[in-house]
This record gives sequence, structure tokens and C-alpha cells, in this order.
Amino acid sequence: MDLDFAIKCIPLFWAAGKLTVTLAFFGIILSLVIGFICAVLQYYRIPFLKQLAGIYIELARNTPLMVQLFFLFFGLPRLGILIPGKTCAIIGLAFLGGAYMAEAFRGGFSAVGKTQLEAGLSLGLSRLQLLRYVIFPQALAVSLPVISASTIFLMKETSVFSIVALPDLMYLAKDLLKEGHSIESNLMLVISYLVIILPVSLFFAYLERRARFAGFGS
Amino acid sequence: MSETMIENINLSKQEEEQREKPSLEDRPIVICARDIVKSFGERLILKGISVNVHHGEVLVVIGPSGCGKSTLLRCLNGLEPIDSGEIELDGELLTKPGTNWNLVRQKIGMVFQNYELFPHLNVMDNILLGPIKVQKRKKTEAKQKASAWLERVGLLDRADSYPRELSGGQKQRVAIVRALTMAPEVMLFDEVTASLDPEMVREVLDVMLSLASQGLTMVIVTHEMGFAKAVADKIIFMDEGHIVENAPPDVFFNNPETSRAKKFLNMFEFKGIKKV
Amino acid sequence: MARLMEGLWITVWISMLSVGLSVLFGIPFGLLMAAKTRVVAKLMRIYLEFIRVMPILVMLFLFYYSLSRVFGINLSAYFVSVLVFTIWGAAEMADLVRASVTSLPAHQWESGRALGLSSLQVSLFIIVPQAIRRLLPGVINLTTRMIKTTPFVFFINIPDLMKVGQQIVEVAGMRNHLASVWVYGFIFFIYFIICYPISLFSRYLEGRWQ
Repeated sequence: MDLDFAIKCIPLFWAAGKLTVTLAFFGIILSLVIGFICAVLQYYRIPFLKQLAGIYIELARNTPLMVQLFFLFFGLPRLGILIPGKTCAIIGLAFLGGAYMAEAFRGGFSAVGKTQLEAGLSLGLSRLQLLRYVIFPQALAVSLPVISASTIFLMKETSVFSIVALPDLMYLAKDLLKEGHSIESNLMLVISYLVIILPVSLFFAYLERRARFAGFGS
Repeated sequence: MSETMIENINLSKQEEEQREKPSLEDRPIVICARDIVKSFGERLILKGISVNVHHGEVLVVIGPSGCGKSTLLRCLNGLEPIDSGEIELDGELLTKPGTNWNLVRQKIGMVFQNYELFPHLNVMDNILLGPIKVQKRKKTEAKQKASAWLERVGLLDRADSYPRELSGGQKQRVAIVRALTMAPEVMLFDEVTASLDPEMVREVLDVMLSLASQGLTMVIVTHEMGFAKAVADKIIFMDEGHIVENAPPDVFFNNPETSRAKKFLNMFEFKGIKKV
Repeated sequence: MARLMEGLWITVWISMLSVGLSVLFGIPFGLLMAAKTRVVAKLMRIYLEFIRVMPILVMLFLFYYSLSRVFGINLSAYFVSVLVFTIWGAAEMADLVRASVTSLPAHQWESGRALGLSSLQVSLFIIVPQAIRRLLPGVINLTTRMIKTTPFVFFINIPDLMKVGQQIVEVAGMRNHLASVWVYGFIFFIYFIICYPISLFSRYLEGRWQ
């Protein structure tokens, strides 16, 4: 165990970790947006777009992120669509995550009873107002556990980004392996991911507890 | 509410009836339904229902489960689209394309069997959602109205509570206030006491009695026969999608015309079986 | 094409073995968690929590490159991949078992006992069948997730579907400009063809049994 080496590596891991976090952040935010839109399309049964969202969700959920990234990064340029690595990573993560988030929101939406909608309608709320004031707040509380699980899952999935040549944490670890300090670098790798993901996991646990205490059991 | 208050309400109601009874049919019609037909898939639920609701009238709809009385109520404010027939509100035809039901529903308040308060909003926000977001009223004004109503139903101190902290009877009274604060022209009550524990039924019925005595136009679907007798100006008895009887309460309860109505009313009577 | 099928075979083989072992280890783990022995439950929690936040790829690296070094033994990539996937899968499985056991209402036990059944009979005829019904969709779901996780073995140089695909592209890419589009598109398609029916089946079971 070479502690000096490990300490020397901290700045390197810091920089790589920042990249991982940045990519994960944008990818997950985009996932939430895509997921929400898909869930709304399916909830209101918008013809055609509803089916399109359904096909997308099945495609994304039933294929590995790595394969999606390979196609985006190595396949598409041959078709003349050149996507830089970072964008590629974010698009890939959002493509995958959007489907997971859509499922999360769908579960939440369907948990809001039909009679709640009728109550909203009979107050004269429009469809959009219904979504904003009645459905969404209730659905969010129900979806939260799934959203949190999906977020953690997506953060873990970021570990494959090095295949599109991004200098993220895994890439750095692979690099250091070549220098022959596998134990130290892998230990640093584990610690880095713990430092990144554990707070997120704890934060969501806190949110879920709060949502539960605000218990909606009407 | 105390017993004496209830008697007062009943008394004033009787006085009012005596004073105004002859004119009830002459008053303007608020809701006019003609030949409403409604089916769910193969099943025909409403087989041509025609009914008028006059201004200030309390119309009580009774009948066995599955006779279509709740469906009729839900058709009146467009929650269920009808297959054929016509519905008018204040003489304006609603059953035509292009009707803005959101606008219509502001004039028709509805209270549901299971309260349907919004669980994520407290009592006051539940009540204010419609007035502020739909009717775009000023918050101070709407809040004032809401507080006044809450006080009347004895719940002003619960304005900041969440629905889960209230009893069933309290929730239902809030639901009534929520509909009333929209200042509707007519209120629909869909079996509002059916989910309540027996000891809470009265507090909700008392609120409705007091509204009736005030001259609010109401259509009430209920299984509470004693209450129906006390509150109604007109009873409609439905069975298998038809209106079987349409009569004033004293006539209906004392001398029902049809055997079906007699049979239905008998279900609420118990004859002693023990030999004394 | 034949080489792709060989890669596919490795992918399927690794994931099936891992799922089988996960179920094998996950069930006793889950029962341990449900048993509420405090120390054991705590240890299991830490294990689960670690697995929950740690990327599988990181664990592959850790086991493949470091563990062999620490213990001075040479582990084959195949062994490491099945080991890591099983450690992950068993944790997921344990959580499923715990959830399905603790979610069975107590009155199921009581009504069984009230009928005069012995506790063994109650477990055998009432608890186990219900627990299996609750578990099966989860297990099937775990299978698709396992299959979608296998491309990670690419990183420790196992010639799975992805690796073979990459090799083909490297060779054919010289001659065929669009080779990468076809090959990766095809692999995408293969994964979908495998996973989609399985997830449909899981959803069907969920709909029927819950």
C-alpha cells in the first residue's frame, strides 16, 4: 500500500470526479424532463405521440447503456452525425434515463385516483391546471422512491463513459492501472464513487422520509 | 349543531315552504334535462331521463343501488358525456359541441361520496384552489368568503389542517365549503354521507339542511330517507334507468303510487319479530 | 456473424449463471435480514447499502485487478465477472426476499394457525406460495438487468457480444465504411430481442398475481 501515491492522486481524482458529476447531473436533469414529457403524453393518451413514447421507453429500457453509447459514438459519425464525447455521454444517459423516469412518473400518475380528477374538474380546472395543481404534486410523492432508485442507477451507469474516451473516474483508474498501482488507484476509485453517490442516496432517503411523514393517506 | 337549531331550521323551512310553495314551479328553471340516455358499453344506465330543477328547489333523487342516480348527477355537470338528450343550464344548451365545461362546472358545484379533498393541500388551500386559479378572484376576497363558510360549518379552527388530520364528517363539510366558495348556482350532492360513520352523518346533513333553508338550489342523491323527507321539495324515485315517480315528499313517502316505490321504501322499515 | 453468436453465448452464459447463484445466495441473505437479529441485520444493511451505491464496473475493477494482487492468486476474468455479478445480484435478491417476506400480513399466519395447521404446514402451504408469487416478477426483472449489465465484462477483456462487435468493426471498418453502424445497431437489436420478451413476461406475471 503506497499511501503517498494515493495522496498524490487526489487532484487527479478530483478533476475526473468533477467530470463524472457534471455529466451525471445534466444527464439526469434531461432524463427527468424527457421522462415527465413521455409520462404526460401517455397519461393523456395523445394519439400517435403516445405510441412513439411507448416504443422509445421499451427500446431504452431493454438495451444496455454501453450499447447505446457505442452506437452513438462509433456508429453515428459514419452516417455523418458527429457528436462530441461529452454530448454523446449526456445524450446516452438521458436516452436511457428518460425511459426509467417515464416509468417512475407513470406509476405516480396512475396512483392519483380518477375521482380526484373528477373533483378537480368539477371545480372548473382545465386539463393543464389539473396536471399542475392536483396530479403532479400527488404523483411526485408517489414516484419519489422510484425516481431516487433510478437516479442512483443512472449515476452508477456513468461508469461506462470512459468508452467514449472521456477522462472520467474509470478512465483515470484504467490509466493508473498501467502504471502498476492497482490497489491504490482502485481504492481511490471506490472512495470517489462513495463520496459522490452516498450523499445523493442519503439526500433521497431524507426526501422520501419527509414525503412519507407528510403522508398523503387521505 | 344542537337539536334546537335543527328544529329551528326545520321550522323556518316549513314556513318558507308554506309561503313559497305555490310559486316554486313558476320560478326560473336552472337545470333542464330532456331525454337523457347514457350507456356504459352494452349496459344502458339511463333510459331517457327528463327532469327540471327550479331556482331554489331541493330535488332529492332516491332509488336502489345501480338505478343510475349517481350517473344522472355526473351527466348534469359533464363528468359523463351523454349518448343522447339535452341538458340546459339557465336556458343555455350545454349538450352541443364547443361547450366550455370548465366554465359550466364553475356554476355547478359538486360534492362526492368520498370527499375527494386534495391530500397535498391544507383545508384553506383546498377551498381556495378553484376561486383563485379558476375564477381568478383576489386572494383576500376569496379567503374572506372561505373563512365565513368555514365558520358556518364550525371548522374555522381547522383551516390549516391537512385532510388526513380530519374526521370523515369534517372532510365532507370542507368539501361542501370548497364547492360553495365557488358561488355556484346549483349544488350536486352524490351520496355524501354514504362513507361516513353513523355518528358523523348528522353533522353533514345539518349543513345541507341549513343550506336548503337558505334557498340554495340543490340536487341530492341519498339513502337517508328521513333526511330526504325533511329537505326535499320534490322527490324523484329512479329504478332501472327510468324515473318511476316524481312527487312532493309527503305524497311520495305516505302514498307511493307504484309497487316498485312501495317495495323500495319497505326496505327501510323493520317489523318486530319478537312476540311481546 | 458466427463470432457474434459466440459472444452472445458468453453473455447469456455469464448472466444465467450469475442469476442462478444470486437467487441461491439471495434467499438465505434475505431471510437473515427479515429475521431481525440485530447484528446480522446491520451487517446485511451495510453490504446492501454498499452494493446500492457502488457501480458494478468499479467492483469488477476492484476484484479483477486488485484482489488477485492482494491475495496473490490469479483469478480468471470469467470467475471474477460471475463473482461480482453474484455479489450484486444476491444483494438485490436479498432485498426482494426481505420485502416479500415482511410484506406478508401477520394475519396470514394467524388464520393459517387458526385453521389448525402446524407452523411447518403454514409455511409450506400458505407463506411460501405467496412469497414465490411476489418474488418471481422481481427475479425475472433481475434477469433482464443482469443481461444488460454483462457488457461491463468488456472492460476486463472477456470476448462478449460487445468485445466481438468491436473487433469485427476494427477489421471490417477498413473495407466497409458503415460497418460500425450495422454491427452496433445489430447488437442493440439483439439485446432488445432478448430483454423485451422477458420484461413483458415479468409484467404479465405482475399483472396476474398482484
